[in-house]
Amino acid sequence: MAAKKLNLKDKYKLLTRDLDWEFSYEDRKEAFPYEEFEGIKITDWSKWEDPFRLTMDAYWKYQAEKEKKLYAIFDAFQQNNGHLNVSDPRYVNAVKLFLTGVSPLEYQAYQGFAHVGRQFGGVGARVACQMQSIDELRHVQTQVHAMSPYNKFFDGFHDWTHMHDRVWYLSVPKSFFDDARTGGPFEFLVAISFSFEYVLTNLLFVPFMSGAAHNGDLNTVTFGFSAQSDEARHMTLGLEVIKFLLEQHEDNVPIVQKWIDKWFWRGCRLLSLVGMMMDYMLPNKVMSWKEAWEVYFEEAGGALFKDLARYGIRMPKYADVVEKEKEHVSHQAWWTFYAYGHAAGFHTWIPTDKELDWLSEKYPETFDKYYRPRWELAKKLEAEGKRFYSQALPQLCTTCQVPMMFTDMENPGELSYRSTEYKGEKYHFCSDGCCDIFKDEPEKYVQSWLPVHQIFQGNCGGPDVPDILKDFYHFNLGADNLDMKGSPDEERWKQWKSA
Amino acid sequence: MTIEIKTSTLEPVRQTFANLERRFGNKQATRYQEATYDVQATNNFHYRPLWQPDKELNDATRTDIVMEDWYALKDPRQFYYGTYVQQRAKMQELAESNYSFFEKRGLSSHLSDEVKASLVRHLIPLRHVEHTANLNNVYGSAYGYGTAITQALLYDGMDRLGIAQYLSRIGLILDGNSGDALSQAKEFWMNDPVWQGQRALCEKTLVIKDWFETFIVQDLVMDTLMHDLYYRQYDEWLNANGAQDVGMLTEFMRDWNRDVSRWADSVFKTVASESDHNKALMKGWVETWRGQTAEAMAPLAQELCGGSASLDDALAALDKRLKKIGLA
Repeated sequence: MAAKKLNLKDKYKLLTRDLDWEFSYEDRKEAFPYEEFEGIKITDWSKWEDPFRLTMDAYWKYQAEKEKKLYAIFDAFQQNNGHLNVSDPRYVNAVKLFLTGVSPLEYQAYQGFAHVGRQFGGVGARVACQMQSIDELRHVQTQVHAMSPYNKFFDGFHDWTHMHDRVWYLSVPKSFFDDARTGGPFEFLVAISFSFEYVLTNLLFVPFMSGAAHNGDLNTVTFGFSAQSDEARHMTLGLEVIKFLLEQHEDNVPIVQKWIDKWFWRGCRLLSLVGMMMDYMLPNKVMSWKEAWEVYFEEAGGALFKDLARYGIRMPKYADVVEKEKEHVSHQAWWTFYAYGHAAGFHTWIPTDKELDWLSEKYPETFDKYYRPRWELAKKLEAEGKRFYSQALPQLCTTCQVPMMFTDMENPGELSYRSTEYKGEKYHFCSDGCCDIFKDEPEKYVQSWLPVHQIFQGNCGGPDVPDILKDFYHFNLGADNLDMKGSPDEERWKQWKSA
Repeated sequence: MTIEIKTSTLEPVRQTFANLERRFGNKQATRYQEATYDVQATNNFHYRPLWQPDKELNDATRTDIVMEDWYALKDPRQFYYGTYVQQRAKMQELAESNYSFFEKRGLSSHLSDEVKASLVRHLIPLRHVEHTANLNNVYGSAYGYGTAITQALLYDGMDRLGIAQYLSRIGLILDGNSGDALSQAKEFWMNDPVWQGQRALCEKTLVIKDWFETFIVQDLVMDTLMHDLYYRQYDEWLNANGAQDVGMLTEFMRDWNRDVSRWADSVFKTVASESDHNKALMKGWVETWRGQTAEAMAPLAQELCGGSASLDDALAALDKRLKKIGLA
């Protein structure tokens, strides 16, 4: 008798979904203890629709093929000094920001998905999370391998894990993921799978990978292509998560909405680093931050939230503020890094005249009015041999940990500043969004490891800033930090190119 | 004749990352080293987990085992993601060709009714045991410390899902894709006295708190006994009963066991030799779980291989392994 052919859904159900069972000897809640404390109600895990139905044998096979191709490129890059093909040595600073700021988040994603991949009571959701977990491990490891050749020829890459745990601006991405992982399992999924991977990933992943493509970085762009099908799976998981939670119980709706609001805002604050990278750090531009926001959030996200309206979900709170901020944040961020360029682990610089014109063209409403004058002043000072560095330590927002640099969208010439008191202490914020997040969970955010506070409390060595940079951050002073002009990176590049 | 292609050589500024230079000196690092050492965050966590406020996010005290350097637990297979999936892809290619051969030639039709009944009753329910092993290894990956051990535990966890799926496919081969064999096997797993000790044990391992204890129970005690009973003794019985072809379907599991034992033994050995404290803990756990596991498996062992399986032989295999890793 010829065996009948099973369709993919039935086969997956038999091979995977059917592996779990109802416990008879132990309390299932003890084996899966974290499912209830967030107030999310799951009435029936069997309603989970598997976002992708991949069995392990197929997973090994496809992923191994991808890895083989990817590492062939890495080998060729190494053999042929691929770093010489980048558009301009300034570009490499975007890669430094990626390795020190983003790759460690891939690792945290691996850990977070392993956690929920163990904790969810439903086998379908668990297995999908486990697969994302191992994918994320892939991403951090392939990124390290992709960027390792740069470390051999450029400064600023050398102690990326050590730096991620300590350096002031890296606490922005680190606290973002620490926040998600310390939340309950459902918040983690809404934060990472939905808000980040589904709604905002095109604003992180695509700019970096397209930036690599436009700037001759073969290793990074090849990684990007290779990871695309993983990312597609992660996005479908993100959408399934949200639909599943909303369909399980109406009481979940306000909780999910609150998380979407929080993680949208936190994501936007994190993305100011990406905006700055796109507008200032890429010698060959892909598109402006503003354009990216319009295409990937306002158009794509707008359609998504229209679709989710039937569940009672609305646009994230403060999306209107972000719409105004798209004209400003990248300029404010790069200016801040320029001013603190002595304390950054990558180089900063004044945009070229051509780049200043590009910014004027892309930001007709704001650039000439608010930001060009600053760069004209910086150019003048630099020409006089007085490249300026800001000596005071900045105040950081307690929630997003970005220095107070964002301006008030009602009055873009003024800094935006909010504060609140909790148990007799005053806390400072960059925005209503960050202040709201704090007020909702003050016990969580009073714990924030704020780098500047830590420096003042003497927990980062010292006493002076250069000591902290050298001994606590492990910066090679004069090599990793300061302006691109006159840096060893620039000197070496000239030598290689003149040889 | 050899030809020599001239490439331009540029002198690198440094050979490797600073953390690897501190560990191994200023020389080229391997891809395993780059992908593994110090990748996990160790300091300055921002918030305590809402789900476990007495611990840091990454916290070495989720086990009572103490290591001066958790990166001492390196993987002798040097598996990072890329080497792991490529190695498993080779194994699955072989498995795939075995499964297709078995199906194409209709080899299940040569099996006696007794063998078929035994496969459904004794082998297929193991997929639920493997599912437990998936959870137990992912547990260690999620709560363990240091990338060296946690990545290897995730590979192990995903392997178990793969093995559970291979076992399920054996069921589908036997029932012509109707799923009947799988439901029958699950019925045995849920209600038949022969499986209840094992099922209770699986459930019990899922509520252990110390991840290294989970690792010992799962990968040392349960796995050693199961592998001896099934992939040695039962395999021999199948051979002796005209069912040697079934061996094609379980070859993956035997190859896998060799591969993974090499890694696990090296970890057990390193942890045990780190300190008397560790060794005493590990011995205590083995003592607690050896007896319970043997008891749980006894009804199964009594039926397996037409009643000729020997739990004592399996226990002897465990004792031999314990001796090898310094825990006897």
